Amino acid sequence: MTALLKIKHATSEIAVQGCAMVLDLTGAIYLPEHDVLLVADLHFEKGSSFALRGMMLPPYDTRETLKALCAAVARFDPRVVIALGDSFHDIGGPDRLGDAERSTLADVQHGRDWIWVTGNHDHTLPASIGGEVVHEIEVGPLTLRHEPVEGAGSEIAGHFHPVGKVVMRGRSTRRRCFLTDEARCIMPALGAYAGGLNVCDQAFVPLFPVGFTAHLIGTERIFAIARAMLCRD
Amino acid sequence: MFLPMAKPARSLLPRHFHDWFKSRGWEPREHQLELLEKARSGHSVLLVAPTGAGKTLAGFLPSLVELSETRPAKTRKSPSLHTLYISPLKALATDIARNLEAPVREMDLPIRIETRTGDTPSHKRARQIEKPPDILLTTPEQLALLLAHRDGRELFGGLRRVVLDELHSLVTSKRGDLLSLGLARLFAIAPQMTTVGLSATVREPDDLRRYLVPQGEKGRLADLVIVKGGAHPDIRMLDIDDHLPLAGHTAALSMPTIYDLIGEHRTTLVFVNTRLQAEYTFQELWKLNEDGLAIALHHGSLDVSQRRRVEEAMIAGKLKAVVCTATLDLGIDWGDVDLVVNVGAPKGASRIMQRIGRSNHRMDEPSKAYLVPANRFEILECRAALDAVHEAAQDTPDARIGALDVLCQHILGVACAEPFRLEEIYDEVLSAAPYAGLTWEDFEACVAFVATGGYALRAYERFAKIVKGKDGLWRVRNARVAQQYRLNVGTIVEATMIKVRLGKASRARPGTVLPRGRILGEIEEYFAETLTPRDTFLFAGEILRFEGIVEDEVLVTRASAGTDPKIPAYDGGKFPLSTFLAARVRAILADPFEWDRLPDQMTEWLLQQRRRSAVPGERDLLVETFPRGGRYYMTCFPFEGRPAHQTLGMLLTRRMDRAGLKPFGYVANDYGLAVWGAVDVAARVAREPGFLDDLFAEDMLGDDLEDWLAEAALMKRTFRQCAVIAGLIERKFPGQQKTGRQVTISTDLVYDVLRRHEPDHVLLRAARADAATGLLDVRRLGVLLRRIRGRIIHKPLDRVSPLGVSVMLEIGRERVYSDDADEILAEAEATLLDEAMA
Repeated sequence: MTALLKIKHATSEIAVQGCAMVLDLTGAIYLPEHDVLLVADLHFEKGSSFALRGMMLPPYDTRETLKALCAAVARFDPRVVIALGDSFHDIGGPDRLGDAERSTLADVQHGRDWIWVTGNHDHTLPASIGGEVVHEIEVGPLTLRHEPVEGAGSEIAGHFHPVGKVVMRGRSTRRRCFLTDEARCIMPALGAYAGGLNVCDQAFVPLFPVGFTAHLIGTERIFAIARAMLCRD
Repeated sequence: MFLPMAKPARSLLPRHFHDWFKSRGWEPREHQLELLEKARSGHSVLLVAPTGAGKTLAGFLPSLVELSETRPAKTRKSPSLHTLYISPLKALATDIARNLEAPVREMDLPIRIETRTGDTPSHKRARQIEKPPDILLTTPEQLALLLAHRDGRELFGGLRRVVLDELHSLVTSKRGDLLSLGLARLFAIAPQMTTVGLSATVREPDDLRRYLVPQGEKGRLADLVIVKGGAHPDIRMLDIDDHLPLAGHTAALSMPTIYDLIGEHRTTLVFVNTRLQAEYTFQELWKLNEDGLAIALHHGSLDVSQRRRVEEAMIAGKLKAVVCTATLDLGIDWGDVDLVVNVGAPKGASRIMQRIGRSNHRMDEPSKAYLVPANRFEILECRAALDAVHEAAQDTPDARIGALDVLCQHILGVACAEPFRLEEIYDEVLSAAPYAGLTWEDFEACVAFVATGGYALRAYERFAKIVKGKDGLWRVRNARVAQQYRLNVGTIVEATMIKVRLGKASRARPGTVLPRGRILGEIEEYFAETLTPRDTFLFAGEILRFEGIVEDEVLVTRASAGTDPKIPAYDGGKFPLSTFLAARVRAILADPFEWDRLPDQMTEWLLQQRRRSAVPGERDLLVETFPRGGRYYMTCFPFEGRPAHQTLGMLLTRRMDRAGLKPFGYVANDYGLAVWGAVDVAARVAREPGFLDDLFAEDMLGDDLEDWLAEAALMKRTFRQCAVIAGLIERKFPGQQKTGRQVTISTDLVYDVLRRHEPDHVLLRAARADAATGLLDVRRLGVLLRRIRGRIIHKPLDRVSPLGVSVMLEIGRERVYSDDADEILAEAEATLLDEAMA
């Protein structure tokens, strides 16, 4: 139990299928045994995707998301970075990427392996954005994919953008979170404009038949919150 | 009121109108003829009159006369309206249409009158543009839509008059801003038109007079006609023999007396301040209702059909009393009301006078009303309100400065109607009173926002919604943008509501509840969030048991008989104590001679306060500190209304935290606030005499406020409203909830990003302007901090004072405010640890 709740600055350490994981305040996961950094649901260019439809959201989401990504990469300096799908909000996203953002992305990719797992928003990705494109990939005992597969276990996935809501004596807060049981982990979305699905939603029930712990990302650190403490929206 | 009148005015009224008045047993009133004269000489005019003065007829009389003198409607060729009537409520528009039909029918006038509201079927709307009626009755939102129509110019080209009803209530909100821009547009399209504003008594009639005419450099004013109030209202405070509680808003002790009063009068309106109070009062009155009096309930959260049924029964004279909230503050003639009872704090002098005016629609007879205080502070507030009513002193709010988010919406509307030149529209906007001070830079920022979001990073040029052509004219990009505008017009952004459905116990699976019953109404999502299963609460006149949230609905069952409702939070309502009444309350407190006019229980209480602590002077701030239950408390009494106190509490706790005082939390009400923590403030003051002055220094409105705004939930809510109004994001419509996360966007996320990258963006400026006067009331807090500079009276006590008790009692009843996520999370995590250890 102590291992599960040990707190080290802005990160939190857990294990899934015996594989050690460091949960980062940005929403990334670092696998120290493999020197791999995982990020999920970056949703680059979601702002411009809305602008196409007449909703002119501030065009700074991609650089915000990149900032978080770069911070995580700088903290762990991993050999490999794997993005677990929906890295771009839509197929046209890579083309709309601004010059500054494009070069930031190239910089952070430099000197390490970069793997894009495809997602439902970005089922194909152009070669121009660098790195390797795969549908799913295995690291140690774990399968990494975008959308979790019911009954699969031993996987790390994204797709659902889990958020947990806590109400304590009339005060509430709603934060992005990692969801884990012993077998599986679902990562929070990293994208600045990526919304969230409450972890009390039915969608999570088949994935965690015996419950889960939610690791909520606070302002200063990550908090392990029991299922019973989490509320619906 | 048959006053002698000048002959020329009389002669303006045609013979058949005189006959009609006579047939009704009426005589045209002086102000009605005066308005006729103003119309003849082409002047716009503000008519200030009490209820029952024949205000509406006065407003329409010039149009009715003119239209009766021209050729019959059928032969008029020009497809243009003659008169436009704008009301804040669609129900009022419908009601007025009904009232106008009588003279038109009885005099056989060739006049077509129609209404246009959100409920008007689309074929009728289309026909109204093709073949406009002579008089159209509508709302500010519908006017905006008509003006954005391609044929708007033609439709309004021949417009002669705009009648603005309940103007005092329209101008205080963003709807008033939107309407002012619509008026500016109308004046540009139809320079010959004039306006008639109908208003209750206000503090500054000149503000409304400016609103009614295009503003130039000199600040023009519409003419003013004032009808003096008729008989003085017969208004008093309800006598209470028992000691009132020190806090709470239920007025439980007064219910039997209110019930008796209902029995003694024809029809009574019982006004309360909040929905929860309405539910409670309704419940309590029915407990007493052995005579089976027809007592109904009316508030904004009830299902619309239920509200309509109450309104119809009221008009039909079938009801003995209606317990209602501000939803019935406005205009509709509720028939034979002969008593108004206002339960709880009056909050503002003008508000209370308008409520009183709902009783007795005949102007020459006095309105009758009782004020019912629910706690001791409210006795002070009622006393101050009675004085204000007696002096006919008004405290309607200052004229608004036009909101930038509303301007953004308007600019898109203009583009939808026709190509425009920037300079021309700027001049037009300046002619609207709320926007008379608008700078060119702000105007350009709004245009840039509408086009591409107006960001420094010009990323969206190719997606622009409005574009400037080679001819220098701005045009809307395509039909889809216009469609988007039409769907999102308006300035009312409701709190996200969630439907309440009555459930049925499952026979097959005992213990489960199926969502099979009817919808009872809707409640705010944030209220639903605070409920846990098996909580009981009052809603729609019943005690309900919360079963859970199923899909998008709150599922409830009827609680078993005899269950006491557990009201989880008192919703303070929208109206804080007005600055004016607050000052009067402080003055009463400060002057012991005034105490004679208060009930004995109140005087005793104040004398005790003086013995045990102090009674603050008019401009002072009393700060008391005392230990209690292992904690240290600090209470203070600024009397500036709950929103300002909440902001003060939030900022104080931040500063106390920095000063090492380890505050735990605070609560606020309309009169004061209490902060508690682990460290004794009094000890600190003993060491550092200037400490309290520093703690309450005005510089808290600098960095502390900015830091807090980054996280503040209220600020995010304010931003969301601006974002919707300005058209940054689309409105959510009922039934459109389940669009999935791909289509919707959380404005909280947008707020965070925008704040970091462009803190001076026009939408953030709009949100800050709202916060200054709205949910956060920063402006009033600023005035308070200036007022108390060097006037803080500190009383270190060994226990809570009589005044202090009233605030302390809010603890547990009020929500404790905190926007510190980590604090909440740490507590939740610790709960997990406790469970794991057990």
